[in-house]
Amino acid sequence: MTDEQGLDGPAPGERPTPSGRRNKQGIRIDPEVEAKHEPRRTVISALVEHEPGVLAEASGLFSRRQFNIESLTVGPTDDDERARITLVVEEPDPGIDQIKKQLRKLIPVIAVRELEPDAMRRELALVKVNAERPDQVAAVADMYDAKTVDSSPETATFEITGARQKIEAAIETFSQFGIREIARTGTTALARGTDDTAAPAPAESTANEANNTPYTQPADDD
Amino acid sequence: MSERAAPVTATEEQRDDQETPSEEPSEADDTESATDAEPTPVTTGAESVVRALENAGVEHAFGVQGGAIMPVYDALYDSEIHHVTMAHEQGASHAADAYGIVSGEPGICLATSGPGATNLVTGLADADMDSDPVVALTGQVPTEFVGNDAFQETDTTGVTMPVTKTNTFSSEPDRVGSDVSEAFALASEGRPGPTLVDLPKDVTNAETDREPDEPRTPDTYDVQERADPEIVAAAAERVENASRPIMLLGGGVIKGDAAEVCREFAIEHEIPVVTTMPGTGAFPEDHELALEGAGMHGTGYANMAITHCDTMVAVGTRFDDRLTGGIETFAPDAEIIHVDIDPAEISKNIHADYPLIGDAGTVVEQLTEAVDESPQATKWRAQCQQWKSDYSMAYDTPEDEPVKPQFVVEALDEATSDRAVVTTGVGQHQMWAWQYWTYTEPRTWVSSHGLGAMGYGLPAAIGARFAADDDQEVVCVDGDGSFLMTLQGLSVAVRENLDITVAVLNNEYIGMVRQWQDAFFDGRHSASDYGWMPEFDTLAEAFGAEGFRIDDYDEVADTIDAALTYDGPSVIDVHIDPQANVYPMVPSGGDNGQFALTEDQL
Repeated sequence: MTDEQGLDGPAPGERPTPSGRRNKQGIRIDPEVEAKHEPRRTVISALVEHEPGVLAEASGLFSRRQFNIESLTVGPTDDDERARITLVVEEPDPGIDQIKKQLRKLIPVIAVRELEPDAMRRELALVKVNAERPDQVAAVADMYDAKTVDSSPETATFEITGARQKIEAAIETFSQFGIREIARTGTTALARGTDDTAAPAPAESTANEANNTPYTQPADDD
Repeated sequence: MSERAAPVTATEEQRDDQETPSEEPSEADDTESATDAEPTPVTTGAESVVRALENAGVEHAFGVQGGAIMPVYDALYDSEIHHVTMAHEQGASHAADAYGIVSGEPGICLATSGPGATNLVTGLADADMDSDPVVALTGQVPTEFVGNDAFQETDTTGVTMPVTKTNTFSSEPDRVGSDVSEAFALASEGRPGPTLVDLPKDVTNAETDREPDEPRTPDTYDVQERADPEIVAAAAERVENASRPIMLLGGGVIKGDAAEVCREFAIEHEIPVVTTMPGTGAFPEDHELALEGAGMHGTGYANMAITHCDTMVAVGTRFDDRLTGGIETFAPDAEIIHVDIDPAEISKNIHADYPLIGDAGTVVEQLTEAVDESPQATKWRAQCQQWKSDYSMAYDTPEDEPVKPQFVVEALDEATSDRAVVTTGVGQHQMWAWQYWTYTEPRTWVSSHGLGAMGYGLPAAIGARFAADDDQEVVCVDGDGSFLMTLQGLSVAVRENLDITVAVLNNEYIGMVRQWQDAFFDGRHSASDYGWMPEFDTLAEAFGAEGFRIDDYDEVADTIDAALTYDGPSVIDVHIDPQANVYPMVPSGGDNGQFALTEDQL
C-alpha cells in the first residue's frame, strides 16, 4: 500500500547522529554521568488579591500541571485587599521553578517567593485521643507543649503548634493512646527579620528569579 | 428564532456599509471623533460593554444570540461594530481567533450563557494554546439565579479558567464596561491569549452612567520588554563563536511583530533559519537560508539542522512536543539562547543556557547590537544546503493514480499572491498545506497548532476574511473530516458574501488517523474510514456558494482559477489519492534526526 508513498533520501540509519543527550528536564547531560534532580521540599509564599476565585485558580493550576503540593493555606493579611497563600511543595528544582513562574502568571497574584530554608514555618493540629490513661496523655501533651482544648471522660483534644516535624512526632507519640480524629491546618510561614516574605516588586525581579539558582539545602526545622 | 430576527436585519444594513470600504474607515473615524467630542452617555451596563469595545477600536465581532446575552446585542444594534452572526458558537470563537492572528488585534466573540458559552470553549482552548488574542463575552443568568442551576446556567468562569489567560465574572453594573476594557488589554499585552468576561443579565440590563475606563492591564500585570544586558552579551558571544548556528523562529516572532528584525539578523549573520509551525511566515521560505518548518512533519533538512546545530537562537517558541520530539534527543549538542516574553516558558521543556526574557523584537534588536562578528559557519551552511538536496520534498505524480494532495496545494499557491492567507483544519491536509505552500509573509498561515482542533478551517477563513486586506485572497485548505465538522459556516460566508475559497482535500478518510493505523495499528481502520462523503460541491450549491469538483490532474489549474475568480464563497471538492501519506514523519517522542521518509522507516 505504501510502495508509492513517501519521499527519497538517506534512511535513518545512514544519517550522522549527534553525540549529546538531554535529560527528562531538557537539560544537556554527559551521557556517562546523568545528573539527577531529586525532589526537595520547600515553602512558596504568594501575595494575592483578596477576591473570589483566586484559590480556585491557584489550586486548578497545580492539579492541571501535576505539581506535587503537600499543603496549601490561605488567609488574610494586614491589608484588607490582599491575602497570602502558603504552599509546601515537593518537586525537583526545575519543577519548583515552574511553580513559581506559573503562579506569578496568574493575574490576581501580586508576588511570589520561595522562602529561605531558615524561614519560620508553623502548623497547627487538633488531635483528639482516647483518654483512658489521662496521666500518660497529659505527660505526652506536656512534652510537645500541647494545649488542652477539650476533654471528656472518653477523649482529650489537644492543640499542637510547631514545625511540621514536631507535629508529626507528637501525632506519632499520641498514637499509642489511640487517635480518634485529627485536623491539621497545613504549614504557614514568614521570612525572618526584616526580610520580606513576598512583597510587590518591580518587573525585573521576575526575570532575576527566573535565572536564579534555587536553594538546595534542606530547611533547618523541616 | 423570532428573537434573532431584528439583529439579523441590522447585520444586513451594516453589511452594506461594509461593502463600500472607502466609506467604512471614515465613518469609524467620525464615530470616534464624535465620541471624543460629545459621547452619547451610556445608560446601561450593556451599553457600557459595547462602549468599551468601541473605545478599543473594535470593528468586527462574531457571535450567536441567545437569552442571557440579549441586552448586549440590543446595545450592539445601535453600534457601528459589524456583528457577524455565526452558525455555531465554536465558529464564533475560531473566527475571532483567526481575526486576531491576521489583524494582530483581539478578535471578539459573543455567546449566550450555558450551551453558548460551552460551545465557545474549543475556540478558547485553541487560542490559549496558540497565544492568540481573543476576547469572549458570554451572557450569564441573572446574579440572583447564579448557583441555582437555572435555565442555561453554566459556571462559565469555572469551565473556561484553564483555557483562558484570565476571566472575570462581572458583578457590578458600574464596573462591567471597565471589565471588558481590561479583558481587551490583557488579551493582547505581553503574551497574547484569550480572555473572557461573563455578563449576568441583570448586570447588563442595570442602569449605569459609568463610562468604561480605557483598556489598561491591572497593576499586578508586569511585562518585561528588555532582556538582561549581561545575558544578552553572553548570548552574543556565543553566537559569534558558533560553528553550527541556527535560528528557530516561533509564533512569538509573528505576534511580537519581530519578523523583520529576525530576518535582518539572520541575513546579516548568514544563520540558517528554521520555523515552528506557528512561526510559519516569520522568514521567507524561498530564501536560501530558509530550512522551513521543523518537528513531527517538518522538512528533513530542518530536522537535520535542528538536531546537529551547536547554537540555537530560539525566539518566541514554547518547545512544544510536536516540535521537539523526544526531549532527550532534541538539539542535544546545542547551547540554547531562548528569547520569550513569558518567563514560565524559559526552561519549561528545554533548558535555556541563555534565558532572554522580553519582547521578541526588542530582545532581537538587543542581540543585533551586541553581536559584532558573524559566526564562521561556511561549512555548516554548505551542509544545510546539502541536506536540502538530500531530503528533497519532491513527490511523484503518476498520471494513472488519483491527484496527489501536494500538487493541489502547490497549484493553489501558484494561483494566488504572496500575501494570500491560508487557513486549515487539522490532519493530513493541514500538513500538506504547511509543507507545500511557500510562505513568505507573517500572518498568512492560520491554523490550529497546539490544540489541533478539526473544524477550524472554515470559521477561521471567515474571521481572516474580515481581518485581511481586500487584495489578499483567503484560501481554506480543508480535509473532508474537518470540513464536515463546521461546514454550517458556509451559511455565514454566503450571507456575508465573503470572498473565500475552500479546497477540500477529500480522501474519504480521517486521513491522519488512517496513516497512523497503517503504521502503528496493523492497518486496522477503526472509525477512520468514511467510505462515503457527501458531494461537497453540491452541498456548497445548496448553501448558495459556488461548487467545484476536481478528479484529474488536468482539471486542477482551471478549476482553481475559476473558484478563486468567483466573487463569493466557493468550495472545491478535490478527490485526492486516498493512500497519500504525510512525510517526513517523526513518531511521537521520537528523535527528530531519525525522521521517517517512508512507512517502513517508522
